[in-house]
Amino acid sequence: MKESSDTQARRVQEDLRLNYGPNKKFVTVCAGTGCRAYGSLKVKDALEAEMKKQNMNVEVLATGCFGFCEKGPMVVIHPDKYFYQQVKVEDVPEIVSKTVAKGEVLGRLLYRDPDTKKTMFREEDLPFYKKQLRVVFGQNGMIDPTRIDDYLAIDGYQALAKVLSEMTPEGVISEVKKAGLRGRGGGGFPTAVKWEGVRRAHGEPKYVIANGDEGDPGAYMDRSLMEGNPHSIIEGMIIGAYAVGAREGYIYVRNEYPLAVTHLTLAIAAAGEAGLLGKNILGTDFSFDIHITKGAGAFVCGESSALFASIEGRAGEPRAKYVHAVEKGLWDKPTVLNNVETWANVPLIINRGADWYASIGTEGSKGTKIFSLVGKINNTGLIEVPMGTTLYEIIYDMGGGIANGRKFKAVQTGGPSGGCIPESLLDIPVDFDKLYEVGSMMGSGGMIVMDDSSCMVDVARYFLAFLQEESCGKCVPCREGVRRMREILDDICAGKGREGDVELLEKIATGVADGSLCALGGSAPNPVLSTIKYFREEYDAHIKNHRCPAGVCKALITYSIIPEKCTGCGMCIKVCPTQATSGEKKKAHTIDNDKCTRCGACIESCKFDAINVK
Amino acid sequence: MKTTSNIAGKTKEIVKKHGKDKSSLIGVLQDIQEAFNYLPKQALKTAASAMNVPFSRVYEAATFYTAFSLKPRGENIVKICVGTACHVRGASALQDKFERTLGIKPGETTKDKKFSLETVNCVGACALGPVVLINTEYHGQVTMKKIDKLIEKINNEGAQR
Repeated sequence: MKESSDTQARRVQEDLRLNYGPNKKFVTVCAGTGCRAYGSLKVKDALEAEMKKQNMNVEVLATGCFGFCEKGPMVVIHPDKYFYQQVKVEDVPEIVSKTVAKGEVLGRLLYRDPDTKKTMFREEDLPFYKKQLRVVFGQNGMIDPTRIDDYLAIDGYQALAKVLSEMTPEGVISEVKKAGLRGRGGGGFPTAVKWEGVRRAHGEPKYVIANGDEGDPGAYMDRSLMEGNPHSIIEGMIIGAYAVGAREGYIYVRNEYPLAVTHLTLAIAAAGEAGLLGKNILGTDFSFDIHITKGAGAFVCGESSALFASIEGRAGEPRAKYVHAVEKGLWDKPTVLNNVETWANVPLIINRGADWYASIGTEGSKGTKIFSLVGKINNTGLIEVPMGTTLYEIIYDMGGGIANGRKFKAVQTGGPSGGCIPESLLDIPVDFDKLYEVGSMMGSGGMIVMDDSSCMVDVARYFLAFLQEESCGKCVPCREGVRRMREILDDICAGKGREGDVELLEKIATGVADGSLCALGGSAPNPVLSTIKYFREEYDAHIKNHRCPAGVCKALITYSIIPEKCTGCGMCIKVCPTQATSGEKKKAHTIDNDKCTRCGACIESCKFDAINVK
Repeated sequence: MKTTSNIAGKTKEIVKKHGKDKSSLIGVLQDIQEAFNYLPKQALKTAASAMNVPFSRVYEAATFYTAFSLKPRGENIVKICVGTACHVRGASALQDKFERTLGIKPGETTKDKKFSLETVNCVGACALGPVVLINTEYHGQVTMKKIDKLIEKINNEGAQR
C-alpha cells in the first residue's frame, strides 16, 4: 500500500516535470503583496491578453514573492530566466513580441547596478541575490501558490512520501535533531526537543500549530511564505504531526494578512483532495487535518499561551508557564507550536538530509534564515542567508547600503523585543546566540535599518508606545512599568527630561523584565536598554542640552529657511497649515517659529532643500 | 437603517455557520464585523445567547482585540501603517496630516460618516513605506501632497472596496 502510493506520487511528478522542463517557455510575475500594490496583477493580466492577441500559447504564472520588493513589479521570462524589474503595463507588448517570441532582451527593463552601472540579465547576477542561499524561500518565484500541481512539480510532498513510507516517528525526530533546527519565531528553541516532549507527553489528542501571527512590525517573511508557498508549511506540519502523533493542527494567521488566509485555505483544500490531508494520508493509517484560525489584531497573541487562548475563542492573555505547552498547550493538551518558517524548513531537512542541513550555518545555529531588510536601505526586500552571515554583508552587499546617500546609524532586529545594533558591531555574524549577546535578538527576522535622520530616543519611545498598547495588562510590572517608561521617554523627547532619568529607566526596566509572565514584558526593556547602551550621548543631548541631534523630536527642533538656497517660489507658503511661512515672491522666505508646528509639509514641498532643521 | 431583528437574524445565521462551538467566538465576531462594519450591541447579545457564552466573555473578546470596533465606522477606512519601517520613513507626519485634513483622531469617524481613521502595526509591505491602506487598496510612498489628492479623489469618485 505504502509503496504504491509512493510510486503514484512519483509518476505525477514526472508528468509535471515535463511540463516545467528546462526548455519550457513560461513567464512568472511576482504577485506578493508588495508587487500587487505596485500593480503586478495588471501586468499579469496584460501579459495574458497580449499572448492571446499575438496568438501565443505561453503560460503566465502569478507567483509568490520574489523578495526584491524594492524593484517591483518583477517579471521573469523562462527558460532564459531574463529578469525584468519595475515593469509597467505599457512594457508588455514589447516583452511578448520581442523577449517571449524571439528571445531578445529589453535592456531598459534589466537591473542596472547603481555602482558599476552594469546591466544584469538574470536574478542570480544581481548583488541583492548573489550572496543569498534561498533554499526555503527561493521556490516562491517558481510556483503559482494557488495550484498544488506546481508544488508537486518542484518535488513537493516528496518529503512526506518518504517519511510515511520509510521513516518511523522517532526517526523523523532524530533527523530534525541532527539537523539542529531551531525555532524561527524568535526564541530559537530546538525544534526536535519540543517534538520529543509532545511525543512523550501523556494526554490525547495532541496538536500541532503553525504560528503565523507575525506581529513584529517590519517583518513579513512569514507572510510571504504563507502567501507564496503555503504547501511547504502544510507539508512540514503533516510531517511534524506524524512525528509527534497528532491528528489535528491549526494555522494561526494574523488579521492583516487576508491573502495568506486565501492561499492557505485553497492549499488545505487541494491537499485534502489529493489525499495528502484528512483520513489515511497516502493510503497509510495516518490521518491528520488542519484548520485555519484568523487573529484579530493583538500582538501578544504571537506568544504561545495567548495564541492558545485566542484559538480557544478567548481574549489572548498569556498565562504562567510552570507547565509547558508540550504538556499542556491548546485545550490543556500536548501541543507543538512552531513558527511558519520553522515548518517550511522541515520538508527540506527530510529531502536533503540532516547532514546537508547541518553543514549550513554556525556552530549553534544551523540552516538559513529569512530576514526582511527594511527602513532606510536601498534594496528593501526579503533575503535568505546562511546563519552566520555578517550584518555588514546583509546591509551593504545585499541591501546596497543606506538610501539617499545618508550615514548608517543602527539596525534594529527582533522587533519590539529586540534592540538597536550600532555601526561598531556590523561585523558580527548573525545567529541566535550572537544577537542575544549584543543585547538584541533574532526575533522573527525583521531588520530595520536606520540612518542619521532617525533619533534613537524617539525609536525607544516608539517601541514602548507599541508595547504599552499591546500589553494585555495582566502583569502589573508590564502594564504599569512600560507605561511609566514611556512617560519618561515622552518627557525626554518633549524637552522635559531630567538628570537621572536614564538611571531611572534602567531601574524600571529590570523590574519589568523580572516581573512579567511572558516574553512581551520580559523583553520589553530591550529597545530602551540597547539604545541607552549604544547611543547614550543622544539621551544626554536631549536631557542636558535640550537638543535632538537627528532633528526628529518636535519640541527640541526649529525650522528655518536658508536664504542662499531659497528661490522664493512660494511652495512652502502654499502648503503650510499654520501660515508660519511668509515672504514675497522671488525673495527668500522666513518661518515664524511661534506658529510653526514642525509638521514637515514645507520640507516635503521644497525642491531646493532650503529648509534647515536644527 | 438596520433594524434590531435584522441584526439578530443575521447574527444567528453567522453563529449557525460556525457551528455554535465556543471556540468560534472570534470568528463569529469577525463575520459580524464584516456584515455590519462594526459590532452592534444587539449582535453581541444575540451571539452570546446563541452560543451559550456569557455576555461578559463576548464583550471581553470584542474589546481585547484591536480589529474590532464597537462604534459604527465610516464608509472608507483609512489605515495608516505605523510599523517600524514606516515610522522611520515618516509615518507620524502622515498621521498628523490625516488628522488635520479629516479633523479626526485614530479610532474616530468623520461627521459625514465618509472616513474612519485607524493605525495598524505593519501591513508587511515595507518596501512601499510609508504605506496607507484605504479599504483594501495599498498606497505606497505616501507624501502629504498625495494625501490631499487621495482624499479629494475619494470624495469625488469613491474608493476601491
